[in-house]
Amino acid sequence: MSDAHDHHGHHHDHEDGSRFSDTELRVKALESLLVDKGLVDPQALDALIDTYETKVGPRNGARVVAKAWTDPAFREWLLRDATAAIASLGYTGRQGEDMVVLENSPKVHNLVVCTLCSCYPWPVLGLPPVWYKSAPYRSRAVIDPRGVMRELGLDVGEDVEVRVWDSTAEVRYLVLPERPAGTEGWSEDELATLVTRDAMIGVARVERPDGKESAK
Amino acid sequence: MTASPHKLADLPSIPRDADGPVFRAPWEAQAFGLALALHERGLFTWREWTDALAAEIKAADTPDDGTHYYEYWLAALERLAATKGLVTIAEMLQRKEDWDSVARATPHGKPIELKNRPAR
Repeated sequence: MSDAHDHHGHHHDHEDGSRFSDTELRVKALESLLVDKGLVDPQALDALIDTYETKVGPRNGARVVAKAWTDPAFREWLLRDATAAIASLGYTGRQGEDMVVLENSPKVHNLVVCTLCSCYPWPVLGLPPVWYKSAPYRSRAVIDPRGVMRELGLDVGEDVEVRVWDSTAEVRYLVLPERPAGTEGWSEDELATLVTRDAMIGVARVERPDGKESAK
Repeated sequence: MTASPHKLADLPSIPRDADGPVFRAPWEAQAFGLALALHERGLFTWREWTDALAAEIKAADTPDDGTHYYEYWLAALERLAATKGLVTIAEMLQRKEDWDSVARATPHGKPIELKNRPAR
């Protein structure tokens, strides 16, 4: 069994419960009341938000990934101290949370989970996808990561070790996907357009679009 | 979902970029979506919404540099929902307390759900 559920960073707040801010509590209170009264359909609400959140997009994270692919010194810094390396590009969380970047390789595939939408690196990834927030995702991602990834369209070979990382209030994870073959000579900007949110959560690979000629 | 029926351009100074609204935190998108969903259900007109939001922004003492936009948005939403009789203020306060106690009692990594609320 090569799948490992890594508990790194999963420490003192584990037993202490979680906290929402006053504003988050107000939003959750209003939303749940309106849903209970049948005035808002939760699925329609998610769909509505999704149309906007996908537009906002994880462009910041994509820039971090593209820079790591083209600049070895930045990549080394990112893997050593992601919080500082990412902050150097101007992307910082407002709660001072630490970022950890997990590098995918032909031998290791990383997958990030957490059911709490506050435990998501939204300064770099934008807003979490609807499925990421769903209660079944986390438990299933831990028990059967390959199955979950397959359902989302990603087949990870049996010879590749899958590591599942559980985000906490203190540590947020970002996956550094493998750079797709055939993109030699691409600029950072061009590479950034290929990087998707799902790839930075670990449920997709970065693909070079078919038929696209190498840049310039 | 294709074309949005919501006239975002009518909203006073909504933070946005070329692609649309920009959110600084997940709750902002949630509050944004709630207002749009209630309007889609015909529970208030878009004009009523933009008026409520504008009144909230006007009444605020914090300078409007965009960073507090969704605080005004949420306040306008709570006020309009109460005025329209969709929810009462007492209900909102009670529900807020429920979420707070259930969150505190839920170990990290477990979904925070109201059905898990501790017995009072």
